[in-house]
Amino acid sequence: MFIDLLIMLVMAYGFGFLYYGLYRNISARVHGRFGPSLAQSFYDSIKLFTKDTSTDFGWMFFAGPIIMASGAILTVLFIPYFNHGERLVGLSPYGNLIVVLYFMVLGPLGNALGVGSHGNPFGAMGITRGLTRLLGLEMPFYIAVVGLMIANESADIGTIMANQAETYNIIAHPLLFIAAFISFLGFLGKSPFDVVGAPQEVYSGPAVEFGGKFLALALSQSAIFSFAKLLLMVDLFLGGADSLWDLILKTFVLFVASVFVGNVYGRFTTAQSVDFLLKVPTVIAIVGLLFV
Amino acid sequence: MQKGFVAYNNEQKSLEAETEGIKNSQTLIQKAMNWFSARSMFVVAYGTGCGAIEMPPVFTSRYDIERLGVVGVATPRQADIMIVSGYCSLKTLRRVIRTYEQMSEPKYVIALGSCTINGGMYWDSYNTIKKLEEYIGVDMYVAGCMPRPEALIEGFVKLQESIRNNTIQPGYVKYREDYAYYQANQEKLLGKETQPVYEEDYAGMNLS
Repeated sequence: MFIDLLIMLVMAYGFGFLYYGLYRNISARVHGRFGPSLAQSFYDSIKLFTKDTSTDFGWMFFAGPIIMASGAILTVLFIPYFNHGERLVGLSPYGNLIVVLYFMVLGPLGNALGVGSHGNPFGAMGITRGLTRLLGLEMPFYIAVVGLMIANESADIGTIMANQAETYNIIAHPLLFIAAFISFLGFLGKSPFDVVGAPQEVYSGPAVEFGGKFLALALSQSAIFSFAKLLLMVDLFLGGADSLWDLILKTFVLFVASVFVGNVYGRFTTAQSVDFLLKVPTVIAIVGLLFV
Repeated sequence: MQKGFVAYNNEQKSLEAETEGIKNSQTLIQKAMNWFSARSMFVVAYGTGCGAIEMPPVFTSRYDIERLGVVGVATPRQADIMIVSGYCSLKTLRRVIRTYEQMSEPKYVIALGSCTINGGMYWDSYNTIKKLEEYIGVDMYVAGCMPRPEALIEGFVKLQESIRNNTIQPGYVKYREDYAYYQANQEKLLGKETQPVYEEDYAGMNLS
């Protein structure tokens, strides 16, 4: 059990940064550049862990990234990697989808606590943008997830995966998938919903005062969290994964779809993104809910 | 001629022996740390003077320095390298020092253009500094007026080599060890209060 948890974490860290490297590479090709090597994100992470930290705004400042990392790690441990329920199921027998949804918002709250303790206005602006966007993101995602719970008469991720043995939910409930996917794009924090850390507007937002080891922690949790969200989408809508290759294939397809959307659309403003999320995907999700 | 050459050769050998000594004194962990520091560089670009216009091509599609692991960041807290891209007036110097001191170690500085070396075309100006290295630790100079983006990339590559091989004493170490010297130089120009004094907060309200 303990070894399983460790493997899950290492895989999430590895795949998270690998996919982030791919994101940078694909974006570079779209811009007409070569881009960095695939391992560049690992180098960045390791280098940041070796750097000093020059800032000190009290213990809550340091607790912020740690709470974020705890949220990301707990989320990934409660999501089963495979649908056969034998290995790498983590803590999923002890908690269901509702627990996962709860842990998913722990990160932004931890971030807000950490950012609130330093006086940098850009941090406060970033976190305000993040929490405002979260309002918009949660609505369609929760409606889609509630739809799945009603359809499967269960909140257990394992049961929802098992019920997809014949038809994946992406085919059985396409409207719910579309709504959840748009909201998933926002959860990933990529364009067009990258209002939180926009470097040209709020100077990397919540991370503005973080450097060195705590920035490394924030980056690592972000990589782990991204992989957790990919996993959750695969488990809920693509029937989970039978094998490692299946897992890689399904998460990769979802990931590439999100990268292409991110590269095609420009950034929304905060008000626009909340407006869009509360109108388009929420309405799609409600219509999808009627068909359940 | 022959004698001069031998003397030069001996001097070169003794210099190389010194750097070999530094190289060999590194532990395995230090070597690994240096390798990662060289492979991943976050840059805060302090755009002053005409050099600021040479930096965008370096970071965008034309020259794409992200290939070498160099990316721009928005704040000095996250940065490893600061590029000071031209002359510094006294007013700018305060901000440059402030930015430099906000960066966390290990940190490096690339000084771009002749103005940072000897004043360049501002050599007789009354309110620009002539040598940047008298005020902060500088690791790499890229000479020229203005240096082309290729020259800046060459500067990055050389800096990466010297960090990887540990062949120079980094500027931040000198700055820390000889802080009295740097502080005296800063105070000579800027007075006792080298930190910028903010009279207005970010919303434009008068604090006093």
